[in-house]
Amino acid sequence: MKRRVVITGMGCVTPLGHDVETLWSSLLGGDSGLGVTELFDASTFPTTFSSQVKGFDLPAELADGRHRHAGRHTRFALAAALEAWRAAGLGDSGRFDPDRTGIYLGSGEGSLDFENFTSLLVDGWGEQKLDTAAWGRHAFERMSVHRETEQEANMVVAHLAAELGVRGPAFNCLTACAASTQATGEATQIIRYGDADAMVTGGAHSMIHPYGMTGFIRLTALSGRNDDIPRASRPFDLTRDGFVLGEGASILVLEEYELAASRGAPMLAEIIGYGSSADAYRITDQDPEGEGAAAGMRAALEDAGLTPADIDYISAHGTSTPLNDSVETRAIKAVFGDRAPDVPISSVKGALGHLIAAAGATELITCVLALRDGIIPPTANYQVPDPECDLDYVPNVPRKMELNTIMSNSFGFGGQNDTLIIRRI
Amino acid sequence: MARRRVVVTGLGVVTPAGTGIEALFANLLAGARAIKRIDLFDPSTFPCQIGGQLNGFSARDFVPKSYRKAVKVMARDIEIAVVAADLAVRDSGIATKGIDNGAPDIESSRLGCNIGAGLMCADLDELGAAVNTSVTDGAFDIVAWGREGMNNLTPLWLLKYLPNMLSCHVTIIHAAKGPSNTITCGEASGHLAVGEAARTIARGAADAAIAGGAESKVNPMGLLRLCLLNRAVTTGNDSPGEAVRPMDVRHAGSAVGEGGGLLILEDRDRADRRGARIYAEVVGFGAACDPGGVDYLQATDGNIGGAMRAALRDAGIAPAQVGLIIPNGTAVAAEDAAEARAIREVFGEDAGRIPSVPLTGSMGNLFAGAGGVDLAVAAMALHRQTIPPAVNGDEAAADCPLNLPAEPIEGGLDYALCVSATVGGQSGAVILKRYEP
Repeated sequence: MKRRVVITGMGCVTPLGHDVETLWSSLLGGDSGLGVTELFDASTFPTTFSSQVKGFDLPAELADGRHRHAGRHTRFALAAALEAWRAAGLGDSGRFDPDRTGIYLGSGEGSLDFENFTSLLVDGWGEQKLDTAAWGRHAFERMSVHRETEQEANMVVAHLAAELGVRGPAFNCLTACAASTQATGEATQIIRYGDADAMVTGGAHSMIHPYGMTGFIRLTALSGRNDDIPRASRPFDLTRDGFVLGEGASILVLEEYELAASRGAPMLAEIIGYGSSADAYRITDQDPEGEGAAAGMRAALEDAGLTPADIDYISAHGTSTPLNDSVETRAIKAVFGDRAPDVPISSVKGALGHLIAAAGATELITCVLALRDGIIPPTANYQVPDPECDLDYVPNVPRKMELNTIMSNSFGFGGQNDTLIIRRI
Repeated sequence: MARRRVVVTGLGVVTPAGTGIEALFANLLAGARAIKRIDLFDPSTFPCQIGGQLNGFSARDFVPKSYRKAVKVMARDIEIAVVAADLAVRDSGIATKGIDNGAPDIESSRLGCNIGAGLMCADLDELGAAVNTSVTDGAFDIVAWGREGMNNLTPLWLLKYLPNMLSCHVTIIHAAKGPSNTITCGEASGHLAVGEAARTIARGAADAAIAGGAESKVNPMGLLRLCLLNRAVTTGNDSPGEAVRPMDVRHAGSAVGEGGGLLILEDRDRADRRGARIYAEVVGFGAACDPGGVDYLQATDGNIGGAMRAALRDAGIAPAQVGLIIPNGTAVAAEDAAEARAIREVFGEDAGRIPSVPLTGSMGNLFAGAGGVDLAVAAMALHRQTIPPAVNGDEAAADCPLNLPAEPIEGGLDYALCVSATVGGQSGAVILKRYEP
């Protein structure tokens, strides 16, 4: 018999709040996380805005020696992890077995040392190419071991392991925008298999730096609505023109059901289904038929032993790019058939922007809260129906309804698709 | 729930010491020393100027004709993965969409992919050319960059460097539409990817998977980072072949390498049915971490002890049954000592008897590429019943009391264990078994 996996704690640092309840009330209250990019001068960039974490400081108890070199997204993750850990009752007085507790994150790489990295490309430039000898001379003077090492994509895991004192299985996966959904699914598998009894999961990412912004702009993936920033992200709306780059971290504590029950842990929801697939289509585009996305959803349903009739709400990937939202709609129709128009679907990215590797875990947190409160967070900025997106996207206003089983989708650039299903306990 | 057995039916390796498992294994048996002075760029101002590099390497000849254009948007790490996948799939005898345009004999949705990857370095010539169009008074000008400069980068620039692009290209070429992941835990990435893929097949979510890792650190950023961490050997620029000496009394640091290894893992029954050649069975996997790993200026063992114990438990065997250990063996003195101590703790006195064969002495540190190569070599050792020698392991250091074989050893090998930890403290261990039906 499968070991059951429950969510016992959650924490986040996002553009719409630095804790779970603030994020939730902001989403339901219609706030927007979007604004002019302040982390660097983006005034001449084709996209001048983003969805930034504002006014965040690492809590004093975390800012000690071990974390003083931690990068921006690692700081988000530390605060989120502490919130989740305490909520699960595993804080100062909580008991856990460090060898049976692990970490599986879908975190991004750290922000690079932009100033020094870029100045080296200027000062080390030779005849039409880099003079690596000159570059090397300058580099050893300017670059810091901490700034460089903290960029490694496993360093968020390292900081969380240090802070929480865990010694069990530890992974980081980086499947672009699907990463933290995938991490949560794989963490679930680790507990089910018996490799651990508890897993800290989720993700953290910030690509709001000049090269991250440049990369997405060159891909023409970002919204360019510089004159209408709060409404720039509009999933499933006919006039959507791209996603809005966000940043943040979301962390969840997962535990094996029996152990969680025996210690009286808060059981927020059960993870009952996980599916993963690859489009294997193109590096630039999703499979336009949505076959990969549908395969991920079907795999999650099969894993959960459910049929589409059991799903009360779908938290969509819904990025606000022209392609994703129509492909996702097509995939949902393929999986849900006649029932597709009757299932409420929403994307919180309209209000929150796209937290890239951290997006999936953040959305999973909103699913747990939706389950708890019987409220679906709306798709913000939805105005003009798109004939290709003709389902129920819960536009603009939160919707009260009884929710028991929720599906959450994440699709990564490059075609990695992941779906989770959670259920009321 | 009955767990399915998982076997290794294909091996694909791209390394400085040989491309293709037959060539690599033969070279390792002969004690190949593939570390040379770096000439992919001018390293003359770096304290370490040597590495394990791939010469004349391109993925062009290893991709279907229709896919050749895509090689332009592949970082070197991606090219390595694509070639390793091609070699592994061919070696397995499975027909995929990517092999000679033949009819696939595996259902796409049942073929998974899990490739460990590293922090990829942008092509500095390409990025530098764009950046230098936006310079005012000798300094980078972000206003000019936003207005004009960024347009000098190819539209797909970002996609060259996303870690999941290794598996993305491989899944496209081979139409691998099953469960797919990208692990990014440095030197443990390949071990963790193979372990996770084996679990995926064991629980029935896929019938086969392309699993392992690939990375290139032979670039200015990779070398800089290794040097900044004081992990690079700086005393071997005049004798590159002998410079990297894992576990040896004269170990003095590591060298950057590039390469990768991908394995075809397959459900045992499926492999049996098609009469596949089976190199070995995956019988144990364990992962762990060291909360002290965050202090990366100190050498720690990454709790490989925890990972190895978990793998042994998973395999249901005693430590003494292991006949070959392939450790990380970075050749950084403090890291070797920490690793050897952990091996000693798990294996006790047997640690001095069981052959330990780090591959880094031959080819440098392949980082995310290492696990797949180590496991491919371990599978081949089980299949051929031959253990290659430990290159540059002339005399074990006093605090690394392991058995570093000077010559190949034949016969009597039932289990091989590959283990690694990375800076930051994550570790993974995989145990392979000689295949018995």
